[in-house]
Amino acid sequence: MKGSFILEGAARLLLPWLVALSLVTFYRGHHLPGGGFIGGLLAASGFALIALGAGEGAARRALRVDPVGLMTCGLTVALVAALAGLFRGGGLLAGLWLPVWSLPLIGDVHLGTPMLFDFGVYLTVAGFALQVIFSLLEDAA
Amino acid sequence: MSDATIIFLQLVIPVAGAVVCLATGRAPRVQRVCGVLGSIAALMAAVLLVARVDDAGVLAAQASGWAAPYGITLVADRLAAGMVLVAALVGLATAVYGLRDVTDGRLPWTFYPLLHFLLLGVQGAFLTGDLFNLYVWFEVMLVASFVLLTLGNGRAQLEGALKYVVLNILASALFLVGAGMLYGKLGTLNMADIAIKLQDPSEVALLHTSGILLLAAFGLKAGIFPLFFWLPASYHTPRVAVSAVFAGLLTKVGVYALIRGYTLFLSGTFEDLRSLLIWTAVATMVVGVLGAAAHFEVRRILSFHIVSQIGYMVLGLALMTPLALAGAVFYIGHHIIVKTNLFFVGGIIEEMRGSGELGRLGGLYRNHPWLAVLFFVPAFSLGGIPPLSGFWAKLAIVEAGLEAEAWVATAFALGVGILTLFSMTKIWMEAFWKADPRGEEAAARTGARKPLAPLVLPAAAFATITVVIGLAGGEMFAYAMRAADQLMDNAIYIRTVLGGLEGGVP
Repeated sequence: MKGSFILEGAARLLLPWLVALSLVTFYRGHHLPGGGFIGGLLAASGFALIALGAGEGAARRALRVDPVGLMTCGLTVALVAALAGLFRGGGLLAGLWLPVWSLPLIGDVHLGTPMLFDFGVYLTVAGFALQVIFSLLEDAA
Repeated sequence: MSDATIIFLQLVIPVAGAVVCLATGRAPRVQRVCGVLGSIAALMAAVLLVARVDDAGVLAAQASGWAAPYGITLVADRLAAGMVLVAALVGLATAVYGLRDVTDGRLPWTFYPLLHFLLLGVQGAFLTGDLFNLYVWFEVMLVASFVLLTLGNGRAQLEGALKYVVLNILASALFLVGAGMLYGKLGTLNMADIAIKLQDPSEVALLHTSGILLLAAFGLKAGIFPLFFWLPASYHTPRVAVSAVFAGLLTKVGVYALIRGYTLFLSGTFEDLRSLLIWTAVATMVVGVLGAAAHFEVRRILSFHIVSQIGYMVLGLALMTPLALAGAVFYIGHHIIVKTNLFFVGGIIEEMRGSGELGRLGGLYRNHPWLAVLFFVPAFSLGGIPPLSGFWAKLAIVEAGLEAEAWVATAFALGVGILTLFSMTKIWMEAFWKADPRGEEAAARTGARKPLAPLVLPAAAFATITVVIGLAGGEMFAYAMRAADQLMDNAIYIRTVLGGLEGGVP
């Protein structure tokens, strides 16, 4: 399936920006609107645009990994993050945090298992959305 | 192992199972082994939970240690634990059944991960102590079930799935609106906390709108009259393993939500709705059984009987005496086992004869007496023949009906029981007793394209369980009575959730 030339070109230009935006949205999500779910959808939308413009095969090549692999990886990350709290005695999903340090531009960096869990969500949602979109396009072709 | 960990395990194991099955998707053999092993692990954890809960009463666990009513609360009382155990049993049986039933094309690849996700949703719905989380677990269950329902992409499947999806999304919307309104009024979604807030009678007047919305949402998922029509339209189309797990578990999650609602956070509205519930239950029983009488395809007949049996469970809830609730609890457990088993057997018949149409079947008793036994046990348990499990379930409901002097409803319950038996006899006569329409020679061959052992094993195991429940009816019923006592007196539940007593992470 081949879409329009303009869409194809625009999608390639937009992809890195959408992925970057998705990561920013994901990172600010711990205390502000955003997070892994919406970030994952944003990332998926970048590849979905390529799929609409240049076909599902091109989008798969741009993604490089299998969407299902992405899901599996995301679920594993989320599960490990959830279990970490349980093993440290705080109950399932209990947060474990690294000490806060500062970076120029970003400010204070909070890293811990809640963020890791959210990253798992990010990967899972992106993988799931892309798997659905790719299979629909495959069937349509 | 701490009590909280035991509760968490019920959810962690299905997730882990799904992840492993996804990761091993490219090696089908490994994946199948992992799928079955995951189900075995889940069953073991469930046994542990029931043993612990029966000892300790109610257990609560707060995820990540945030105290109720703000955190994610998981609660296991005897009802929830019992349901978790039965669901895990169905999960294991389906995983084994799927070894042969779901083999062609791209199917197996998605079946095992989705089965575990489905069970995750079911177990989550049983264990959650929070209304919004209940909604989320329903959604987890639905997303998995949508995909499972359409596996294989047949035209009939897509048609059935469309009805299923549309109506269940409608139910989810009603649920969300109801829960949202409740939150707007009370500022809490923790079920125990809602129950406390509603002890103030001035608040109850506000509850009715959301109460009715939730009743419609749970009722649609449970398949009560007049909201059941999606069920017989979709349950006979997917793979047998899929429709068996749906038939066994999904509507019962709706019934569970009704029971949880009316014994806990909606108990303030119960008196006003009692007669509505009783007549809904009667209508559900009658319409379901009449629908079954009108059909001549094994899985369709069985689907209508799900509806009919839901009526008995709701009747038990509507009577709201300890005996009636125990009857409802026992009924759910018995029904899940028996109904799943009937779908398994129906699937074996379809596998052997290539069809579930009664007109095209026949001679099964003469040629395959073992299959006749496998069918006889769950079918006549469903019909309520002593000493099988269904007899005790119906006996309890009828006795409770007489005790509560609900004469008409009880009379209907008995009448529907007879019609159920008629309908099971219909399958028996047509599929097993009459001569095979294709003639003697064709009848002697099994006609199965695949080895039957993985299909027969779960069916035989469930038939054995049905007989055991029947023979050890007293023991099982005692557990149901203890569960009902907890439901009648929700103070312990509330105290455990909000007070952090009896286990649970502080």
